[in-house]
Amino acid sequence: MLRFLRGRLAQLVPTLFFVSVIIFLLQQLLPGDPALVMAGEERDPLVIEQIRKQYRLDRPLPVQYLYWVKGVLTGDLGESMRIKQPVADLILEKLPVTLQLASMAFVFALVIGIPAGIVSAVKKDTAWDWGANLFALWGLSTPNFWLGILLIFLFSVTLGWLPASGFVSPAEDLGRSIATTVMPAFVLGNAIAAVLMRHMRAAMLQAMNADYVRTARAKGMRERVVILRHALRNALTPVITLGALEFGTLLSGAVLTEQVFSIPGFGKLIVDAVFNRDYAVVQGVVLVTATTYMLLNLIADVAYVLVNPRLRG
Amino acid sequence: MKAIAACAVLGLAALLGATGATAQTSVLRIGLAEDPDILDPTLARTYVGRIVFASLCDKLFDIDDKLAIVPQLALSHETSADARTVTIKLRSGVKFHDGEPFDAEAAKFSLERHLGMQGSFRRAEISQIDKVEVVDGSTIRIQLKAPFAPLIAQLTDRAGMMVSPKAAKAAGDKFGLKPVCAGPYKFVERVAQDRIVVERFADYWDKGRVHIDRIVYQPIQDSTVRLANLKSGGLDLIERLLATDIGEVKKDAKLKLATGTELGYQGLTINLASGEKGNNPLAKNPKVRQAFDLTFDRDAINQVVFNGVNHPNNQWVSPSNPYYMAKFPTPKRDVARARALLKEAGVATPIALDFMVPNSPESRAVAEVMQSMAAEVGFDLKIRVTEFATSLNEAEKGNFHIYFLAWSGRTDPDGNIFSFASCGAPNNYAKYCDPKVDELLTRARTATTQAARKAAYEGAAAKILPEGGILYLYHRTLLFAHTNRLDGYRVMPDGLIRVTDLRLK
Repeated sequence: MLRFLRGRLAQLVPTLFFVSVIIFLLQQLLPGDPALVMAGEERDPLVIEQIRKQYRLDRPLPVQYLYWVKGVLTGDLGESMRIKQPVADLILEKLPVTLQLASMAFVFALVIGIPAGIVSAVKKDTAWDWGANLFALWGLSTPNFWLGILLIFLFSVTLGWLPASGFVSPAEDLGRSIATTVMPAFVLGNAIAAVLMRHMRAAMLQAMNADYVRTARAKGMRERVVILRHALRNALTPVITLGALEFGTLLSGAVLTEQVFSIPGFGKLIVDAVFNRDYAVVQGVVLVTATTYMLLNLIADVAYVLVNPRLRG
Repeated sequence: MKAIAACAVLGLAALLGATGATAQTSVLRIGLAEDPDILDPTLARTYVGRIVFASLCDKLFDIDDKLAIVPQLALSHETSADARTVTIKLRSGVKFHDGEPFDAEAAKFSLERHLGMQGSFRRAEISQIDKVEVVDGSTIRIQLKAPFAPLIAQLTDRAGMMVSPKAAKAAGDKFGLKPVCAGPYKFVERVAQDRIVVERFADYWDKGRVHIDRIVYQPIQDSTVRLANLKSGGLDLIERLLATDIGEVKKDAKLKLATGTELGYQGLTINLASGEKGNNPLAKNPKVRQAFDLTFDRDAINQVVFNGVNHPNNQWVSPSNPYYMAKFPTPKRDVARARALLKEAGVATPIALDFMVPNSPESRAVAEVMQSMAAEVGFDLKIRVTEFATSLNEAEKGNFHIYFLAWSGRTDPDGNIFSFASCGAPNNYAKYCDPKVDELLTRARTATTQAARKAAYEGAAAKILPEGGILYLYHRTLLFAHTNRLDGYRVMPDGLIRVTDLRLK
């Protein structure tokens, strides 16, 4: 097991290296010059030159890259050109926000998606099934920003129950923190619930036709036990994989939803940074997100190995 | 599953508990359209940043609602006969947020910081300053390299903001992370992209006019969501309402609309000599250019895109500005004459033109209306919607025939024209260059009376309007909306939100 872990961790290093090179190159492909953006309306030529110098934009790309890598290896992700704050601080500031939003969204996705998938499989071709499928279709095809704005109009403007946007940290005020994140979490969770529901349904249908389910039924077990203990257990594995991936996506930030609800998370951070050509911020966020993603993958793989001894080489 | 249900119940309970908010301290919540950049008056460059500075950092001078210059941290100013020396008397008894006194030394420090700090965006605004001298504890003398009429107007904005020398020296280029100035409110905290919080400064020199305890600035980019927050009570004041939302604000009894005319303008930059595309019929043939000027109906653009709330115009200051030149009225659209001119010019129509438009719903709409007007005359405007940062680069390289342009405007007319029309100036994307115009624009800088300055501008306008690199279209109306709770709010010509005299009911 330890050897397996060590091997997998060692694989992370070259992957991260490639990721870092790719982020760096992709950014350079973006048209636009950060110095011109930073120079603002006045466009003082002296300032433009000074910005190029200070952030080494006048140096060849490989040199810029090496400086950046050197910083990263010593724990320095650089500083935002736009607000002169260290990138690491910005990331640490946004990480809890994104984590909270992602977790709440995931809870919504599970609570809606899994039961809906089970019900529609068990009650295949009934009104329940059609209802659940209709819901899934709706969840998949409703744009997040539109649903978000509709929710704001209903719950904030018309009913006045929830704040329309913004974010309050749970450490500051737990109640208000949940109040500000419940709508965006629902919007995000809703879309994922639809995906989970479809997969849950397919996996359940397969399991319900399996021999062991027939055997269980033949033994005279109650249908409830057959479904929950025998079919669901087996059907859940692929759904867990999918769930882990979806969670990883949530952690990389939800651009549109964060924009609509003014949630200061990763998505907003990176989008604003791209538009402002704030390279250091983009690089830092992508690097952290990529690392998180890979670690999540690693955890999923380790979990498999623990569950399935055949995979232990 | 049980755990999840428990979480949900817990969340719901917390949610219900949250509705009864306490409110001993009065808090004004202002919704901004963007997240400001660094809050250092020397290094800042955004309009929204200036809105926040209005509560944090007092300036030597300010403007009133008629655009007249009034003292703020200064008491008075006097210009010498040769217009090369300006003596400024400073207010006494003023303190910075860290308790340090504001005096002549501090004023000298702040001005020199604007002039000399690496990366200063203020240097260009006040580069005519040769040196700053301390006369006595409450008087400074500014020596100019050459007479510079816009100086005092520059000191009504960021270049006139005074910072605590002690804090600025200690923080260096990180000063903007925790600015220490002498405004009515002091900095509390900032969470990037979420909020900027300031609180009432107990030792403010004019504290009788400060009535609200805290102000929270919240960047909310989506204008629909900004308005929704105002309607739901999450915000008290929002900037940049969409013209199309005016009706909704008017019919809501809890909301009020506040408007003013911007100091800036929007228009088209016409490439006259920049790169290969500088070689185009608009640049080379005066008749084609004249036809182009007659092509557009500014009133119709205003009606179609902005519900008629903007102010169509053909020059760099609006009709309400003292420097407005009434002898150059806005030309009316004349399709027949424009077509005739194109015929006289002997050019083949349609004339295809690359029209670069920075991406925003409003600029796209304006471009489309102009495109259809131009088609009737014989110009084929090929709209190229371009992301803003990219468009700056393209403009720099001269890769456009026409570039849709927005300028936020400055208090002094010099700030609206000099950098755009003088040879080789930073904002002169068109590469327009006329020594005669340069001379007149410089004369407008050095002349000391308003009449003499205006005469110089009129001389320049006679050449710039028909031949120059910019076709002016309109001035936007600054649209603000606020709740009935907020009292005492007036829109100022620069669009920045003055927080003194505001009250919350």
